[in-house]
Amino acid sequence: MKPRPFDYIRPDTIEEAVALLAEYGDGARILAGGQSLVPMLNLRIVEAEALIDVSRIAALDVIGEVSDKELGNRIEIGAAVTQNKLMAWPRLAEKLPLVAAALPHVGHFQTRNKGTVCGSIAHADPSSELPLTLALLGGEVVLKSQRGERVLAANEFQKDMLTTSRAADELIAAVRFPVTNGAGVAFREVARRHGDFAIVAVAAVAENKNAVRLGVGGMAGKPVVRQIAAKESSDAIAETIASWADELEGYEDLHASAAMRRDLLRNLAPLAVEEAIRCAA
Amino acid sequence: MRRVKRNERVRVSLTLNGRKLAAEAEPRTLLCDFLRHGLGATGTHVGCEHGVCGACTVLIDGVATRSCLTLAVQAEGCEVRTVESLAAPDGTLNPLQQAFADNHALQCGFCTPGILMSFTDYLSRNPQASEAEIRDVLTGHLCRCTGYAGIVAAVKDVTKSSP
Repeated sequence: MKPRPFDYIRPDTIEEAVALLAEYGDGARILAGGQSLVPMLNLRIVEAEALIDVSRIAALDVIGEVSDKELGNRIEIGAAVTQNKLMAWPRLAEKLPLVAAALPHVGHFQTRNKGTVCGSIAHADPSSELPLTLALLGGEVVLKSQRGERVLAANEFQKDMLTTSRAADELIAAVRFPVTNGAGVAFREVARRHGDFAIVAVAAVAENKNAVRLGVGGMAGKPVVRQIAAKESSDAIAETIASWADELEGYEDLHASAAMRRDLLRNLAPLAVEEAIRCAA
Repeated sequence: MRRVKRNERVRVSLTLNGRKLAAEAEPRTLLCDFLRHGLGATGTHVGCEHGVCGACTVLIDGVATRSCLTLAVQAEGCEVRTVESLAAPDGTLNPLQQAFADNHALQCGFCTPGILMSFTDYLSRNPQASEAEIRDVLTGHLCRCTGYAGIVAAVKDVTKSSP
């Protein structure tokens, strides 16, 4: 199908972009890669009065390292950075090994060429890989508007299925992933076909042999994160995960029943935890 | 700043296969429709119109992209390459196209233009792609005739002859 009519505006600077957001308010949509937004416009699931195309704003096409005494170093990724650009960033495996493990699962080569890192996080699909890694690593979202700038933690930003705390006049200017030098990481997911949305995705980070954080996508309206006591035997870890699966319940949609989601979590998560610990060792 | 009102028709110019061309488009005109109806380049096929099937894949500034998920105005001033650019002017197929013909990598040919453009981009970055990498790129396309084996064989042929 073809989208309904909308205004198209391509600002040259961040200032122009936030001024346009203030002007159009709720009716505006930010267009960056368009790999989630344009399908929804074409299928007429979403309507927009105006699309504000930020893909050519040079100041948003930047990957950089931010030092922070309190929070530690973070990698800041601007709103125009595509998933393939981040994947090709030479320091990705060293600085953000979990993101390096997750990115090949995001869509396809062809959609990653245009799809942006921030766009995927803005879209806030509950089983999507990048929101899961941002939540698990404890990253942040940088929001800019004419009123100023605010920085939200990932779990404050993503509220529920396709729902975020972004105000109508705010631009997601960047996201920040904490650097995980030397941590063991693992990422696993099950999808109908490679590149499809995950049914269930799990990610694990082991800072050392005793502390593993486990993140799960596709079980609730947003990613959920839990600490696992890795000192326990693998049977005890499996049991903890199984009771967590029952607690989360999961949900039913076209692709899977809630029971199948729980089953996937029970089977995938112990593998990810084990792999992360092995990498940390 | 470029600003186009919803029902306004504006002239959009871009470089298509090395030639500077222009035609009219509304903001909502998809690049695939602009190429076919505005510029008359019907080699690019339109399948699902929501980015799943890959038939409409073209190169924008050298990068394989779904032209059904790109607005014509977004491609303004860009270099667009479509399947029409692959064969020589006398019709001689390029090595990738010839490999498709040799390996029965197409039957009805509807999905072929998109697949050829995806691999034109991918092989330029990774000329000696492994079979696993070829299959990974191919997940971005749907082919209902061949069962994909012929397509994988064709691309492998090209990677084998690459220096």
